[in-house]
Amino acid sequence: MVDVMRNQLGALESRRRLYTGLSLALLLAVVVSGYHEASQLNSGGFLQGLLKFFDYPAQIVSQAWDDGWEFWALFPRFLPALIETLNIAAVATIIGAVFATILSLASSRNLEVPPALIPVVRRIMDIMRAFPELIIALFLIFVLGASPVPAAIAVAFHTSGALGKLFSEVNENIDVKPLEGLKATGSNWLQRVRFGVIPQVLPNYSSYFLLRFEINVRASAILGFVGAGGIGTELSRAIGWGAGAETAALFLMLFLSIVAIDQLSSYLRRHFVGAENFK
Amino acid sequence: MAVAEQSSALLAETVRVSVKKASAVPMLLLAGMVLYLIYAWNAFDITTLLERAQLSKGALLVSDSIAYKTHVTKSFRGNELEVAIEGERTATYKQFPDWVQGTVDSFSVDLGEGYLVRVEGQGLEFDVPGYGTIRSKLVDKKIVTELPEGPVPSWLNARDVKLEVRPTFSRRVQFTRAKIEIHKFDYGWENFWFPFNSVLHGKSFGDLAGIAASSDRIKADTPNWLFILKSFWGNPDWQHGIVAVALFETIMMAVLGTVTAAVCALPLAFVAASNFNPNGAIRFVVRRIFDFVRGIDMLIWSLIFIRAFGLGPLTGSLAIAFTDTGSLGKLFSEALENIDRKQVEGVESTGANRWQRYRFGVIPQILPVFTSQFLYYVESNTRSATVIGALGAGGIGLVLVETMRTQRDWENTFYIIGLIIVMVFIMDGASSWLRRKLIAGGESR
Repeated sequence: MVDVMRNQLGALESRRRLYTGLSLALLLAVVVSGYHEASQLNSGGFLQGLLKFFDYPAQIVSQAWDDGWEFWALFPRFLPALIETLNIAAVATIIGAVFATILSLASSRNLEVPPALIPVVRRIMDIMRAFPELIIALFLIFVLGASPVPAAIAVAFHTSGALGKLFSEVNENIDVKPLEGLKATGSNWLQRVRFGVIPQVLPNYSSYFLLRFEINVRASAILGFVGAGGIGTELSRAIGWGAGAETAALFLMLFLSIVAIDQLSSYLRRHFVGAENFK
Repeated sequence: MAVAEQSSALLAETVRVSVKKASAVPMLLLAGMVLYLIYAWNAFDITTLLERAQLSKGALLVSDSIAYKTHVTKSFRGNELEVAIEGERTATYKQFPDWVQGTVDSFSVDLGEGYLVRVEGQGLEFDVPGYGTIRSKLVDKKIVTELPEGPVPSWLNARDVKLEVRPTFSRRVQFTRAKIEIHKFDYGWENFWFPFNSVLHGKSFGDLAGIAASSDRIKADTPNWLFILKSFWGNPDWQHGIVAVALFETIMMAVLGTVTAAVCALPLAFVAASNFNPNGAIRFVVRRIFDFVRGIDMLIWSLIFIRAFGLGPLTGSLAIAFTDTGSLGKLFSEALENIDRKQVEGVESTGANRWQRYRFGVIPQILPVFTSQFLYYVESNTRSATVIGALGAGGIGLVLVETMRTQRDWENTFYIIGLIIVMVFIMDGASSWLRRKLIAGGESR
């Protein structure tokens, strides 16, 4: 009896090993052939590229160095562009969060919304999340002209879907006792949400909001490359003209602002949610 | 009695104050956001933007995406008559469609519902139902137009140098000194399957199946089914082959980049986890490396890599790999710090060495986190790969931006947008299916 079991276990064990080995081999094959193929499709080769890897950074750094003290004058010059990018991100995050709140309230199982509504709203949020923001931005730039607004709308659209999903998960984890208490006092649905749900979810909402803002700063900078304004547009112009010092200044500004927002956001998140809940 | 009333009033007051206090913070937040949005409205100058918005452009774009237009062009210089989709050389009709009758000197174009254009030499007559007949002639290098009685409608613009008539959205006649051009709009994507000059153009699916099965070869050296496939794949206007390769490149960028990132991040995560590496200095260095590659952003990495490696999926893969080594490394090291020591101790008590402890005590614990994060990143990197592709790294993003920039055929753009969305949805679905499958029963993250 024990022998039979041991044999079976052994067989299971070796089959498992086989599967693990096979999947590792497959992974290796994918990586090796993938890099080979990618290197073929690329206009420059891998090895030559490796040698040239530091050329570009070195070039822009040396051009920035040559500028001497004038280099630092570039920072105030590009500040409006940076502010524009931050504005795009902030507006998109605020508008996105407002829609996300509405969508999440309509898609949480414990908030007494019509059950038929829940899967519909969830699918809508899935689509909003999956829809590439670049496409919306390009389409709106065509219709509205090159300005920050298309980028803000595109990012807000994506944000609504992404935050909506996270918010609805927060909603579903709340304590429903306050809701029952409010119901007993004869309050309506809106009042229950206002006094029963919002105070409970606000810390988590704020934390996700800040995380999204951080992500949206990057997204807004990228959309600037296709003509949505802000630091991305300046960067693409500087790179296109081969203006090394300007490129270096913009890279540095973008990097510093992302790091600053990163730090600020994680500090605030700790503050809102409490260090013990922080992950 | 009075005491009870008093105390209940006191209680009510206390509750009111605390409710007010509790609502103060959200109310302030809300007010701040509203003020900020008002500032942003001004900063973005939305009022001017709305005035200048060209909604007609959007309508044109949508209509162009689902319809195609056929140009009937008579040029005076060479005295030629041509019928072509979008006026393109590759999409010229060898035999005129049945709504164009006659020869270059005298022909008629039936635009449907009573709209009829007749061209005689250098003169043109256009019957517009409900309005009358517009007669135009080229006399001494000037266009002389005779209009029916009554006020000139807004869709008609007659000058010496140009006559422009567009009574309905889908019918348009232009008469200049060089040529007469008649546009007819039809719904659909006319040459989606096969190019115009191909013998396969306009054949139904049944016909094609018949051709594929028949042994009479259209081209002597290739079997018919291969010929059909090749004609479709190489369609010069829709570029199915190029688009398919670009889609493949994008997915390759995402998968390759994420796999590389995961493979690099796992060993580094052990170095960065405080319960596996007691050396604080090394831990600090590795963590700052994670922060650095993550903080610089995929955008900047891809721009640097484009300079070094040129355009293509390699650039995109490396940019994704660099950024995500930072993100995944941080996540993995956090997961490692949260593992349960007991399993490791259990494995150790059987006399296992260091590697066996990792292999049997640690890896099984973090594998669910690892897999789920990996799949999540593959999915989100498919979107990122499209975006950095558009910046110049190649793949479907670049194809999309190029077709948008030329603004020639919006149906091509629509087609590519559709493909991107389908691709993203498929990756999304596949990733969540695999996640459910691989870590079913385990705690979902």
